[in-house]
Amino acid sequence: MNAKNNNVDQLIEQYKTLPGGLLPLLHAIKHALGYIPESTVGSIAKGFNLSRAEVHGVISFYHDFNTQPVGHHRVQICRAEACQSMGARQIESHAKQSLGIEYGETTSDGMVTLEPVYCLGNCACSPSIRINDDIYARVDKSRFDQLISELNMPELDKVEISS
Amino acid sequence: MTAQVFIPKDTTAVALGADGLALKMTQNIESRSLDAEVQRNGSRGMFWLEPMVEVKTESSRIAFGPVNASDIESVLDAIDDHLAGKSIDHPLYLGEVEKIDYLAKQQRLTFKRAGVGDPICLSQYQGLSGFKGLAKAISMTGQEIVDEIKNSGLRGRGGAAFPAGIKWQTVLDTPGEQKYIVCNADEGDSGTFADRLLMESDPYQLIEGMTIAGLAVGANQGYIYLRSEYPVAHKILNDAIKRATEAGFLGSNICESGKDFFLEVRLGAGAYICGEETSLLESLEGKRGMVRAKPPLPAIEGLFGKPTVVNNVLTLGAAATILEQGSDSYKDFGMGRSRGTLAVQLAGNVKQGGLIELAFGTTLREVVEGFGCGTHSGRPVRAIQMGGPLGAFLPESQWDTPLDYESFAEIKAMIGHGGIVVFDDTADMAAQARFAMEFCVVESCGKCTPCRIGATRGVEVIDRIVGDQDRDNNLILLHELCDTMELGSLCAMGGMTPFPVRSALTYFEEDFGINSRRDH
Repeated sequence: MNAKNNNVDQLIEQYKTLPGGLLPLLHAIKHALGYIPESTVGSIAKGFNLSRAEVHGVISFYHDFNTQPVGHHRVQICRAEACQSMGARQIESHAKQSLGIEYGETTSDGMVTLEPVYCLGNCACSPSIRINDDIYARVDKSRFDQLISELNMPELDKVEISS
Repeated sequence: MTAQVFIPKDTTAVALGADGLALKMTQNIESRSLDAEVQRNGSRGMFWLEPMVEVKTESSRIAFGPVNASDIESVLDAIDDHLAGKSIDHPLYLGEVEKIDYLAKQQRLTFKRAGVGDPICLSQYQGLSGFKGLAKAISMTGQEIVDEIKNSGLRGRGGAAFPAGIKWQTVLDTPGEQKYIVCNADEGDSGTFADRLLMESDPYQLIEGMTIAGLAVGANQGYIYLRSEYPVAHKILNDAIKRATEAGFLGSNICESGKDFFLEVRLGAGAYICGEETSLLESLEGKRGMVRAKPPLPAIEGLFGKPTVVNNVLTLGAAATILEQGSDSYKDFGMGRSRGTLAVQLAGNVKQGGLIELAFGTTLREVVEGFGCGTHSGRPVRAIQMGGPLGAFLPESQWDTPLDYESFAEIKAMIGHGGIVVFDDTADMAAQARFAMEFCVVESCGKCTPCRIGATRGVEVIDRIVGDQDRDNNLILLHELCDTMELGSLCAMGGMTPFPVRSALTYFEEDFGINSRRDH
């Protein structure tokens, strides 16, 4: 945790003089740690000369920012109209059922966090999903299962190597 | 000459496997010792054909699509034949790219370069008239540039359709040491991808347009507020800005003009409301994206309280085209007070979805039937939602409305950012109306009570109507709730969420159980 907070302190130094630097800072922390720990709110507030409430207000306003750790992979299902017209609701229920989690939850093995997203700009080839920074078009149930199964392998390898 | 084999690197092509295809194509070209090389281009926006492979030789530019990895060998055989001067016989062969009907029928101004070459290659951009508009702008006064934009009739392409020239004039006329150009690239409407396509396929046009805006109003700093849902565009924009800065088109003393213009991309964080300009400015300042009351207008007190031009990606892109080709030529396109071209985005349950740039005035039906060729499912079209999640659902009786801002306003609909989402006859319009309210619950910034609370109540009331609980009274309640949201919200989020709800109720009442009950 200390190492994490040192890292965050460096980032705060880097962004505090940037005009409107709070969002870029929060993205940077999320990029580094996967989430924005509650324990960093105080130092962010101090660095930016804001109240803790203001920093909390910003973090909680945006869907992208989370204060709890998430899974290794962030899987987002597009819920917007174009994807709905092509069966996104079925993909949504299949994803929840096959992973055994609801939106905002992480699988028990810590592999996948499931989130809704409202449009990935890929609306002519719906339904779309996003896994980390990769977007996939024309996803049906079997394609979804295939993408999820491909995800697990390298991460499991890593776990084995590190243990 | 070595033949160039183009494979797009835009989000949609990549989402359909273009990266893997490019890799495999390169390997197979090498193993065959073919006189060809793979290049990554932007997309033409004919998305049902992606990944579309184009082959350019000295005399022609032909296309195949959609090409999957399993088609590579046979496509390479066909390319081999083509290079040897033989005719092509392949099921995926599309002929000359420019002659593909879908593309040939369009009037491409803003998207003329999309898909032609490598989006971040500066020399290709300049070879296709890039930075000519900027060169002209440098030789003009700020007022002369603003006059060109005014004369073109350009209106904001983000959705509100406010005359761009008037906005620029206000910023020019407002005294201030520091002014800003902000590009609204928070393209959150479902069914829209034109901003993304421009940023991924022709990013320098946006950079050029923003620089021109900076010269016009006297701003030396620009921000592109890009939604975080666009990781590919983020990377391409950053690469393009870096290259443009190194080449002297951005930064200090641009093109030896003595003027400065610095440009930076800032990422949003998944809030739809930040596409509303005042909410976007709050977010850029590092705050919650809460909508501001107007006045003051952002043109007078915008980013950090300074005079600010906030324009959509396509508006700023069009400014580059207008300066390059002249405002008279631009305003020759269109009808009534809607001048120039509209980037229509055809999406959802449609056979041939993609980007269609046309002069204003074409009808919805011509787009959906003529370009889209019906639904992807093959079933009849039931409803069309135009203008994103706040746009009305239109039944067939309204598909002959010409695409211009005023004609759509007359039928209580909007063109918005030009997105068209097609639904086939399996769509449940009561579920769509409920979703409109649900979306407003998720995305309301919370400032105005009718939007914050009204949307939650709206979901409940629709559930009661569909569940036949005191239906008549709940219908009255829903209309009153819609009135309150429309009249009592600062921005379009609360003010227009009733549009899809009411249109679904008006034109598809049977989905709410209304007609079926009367039948009994």
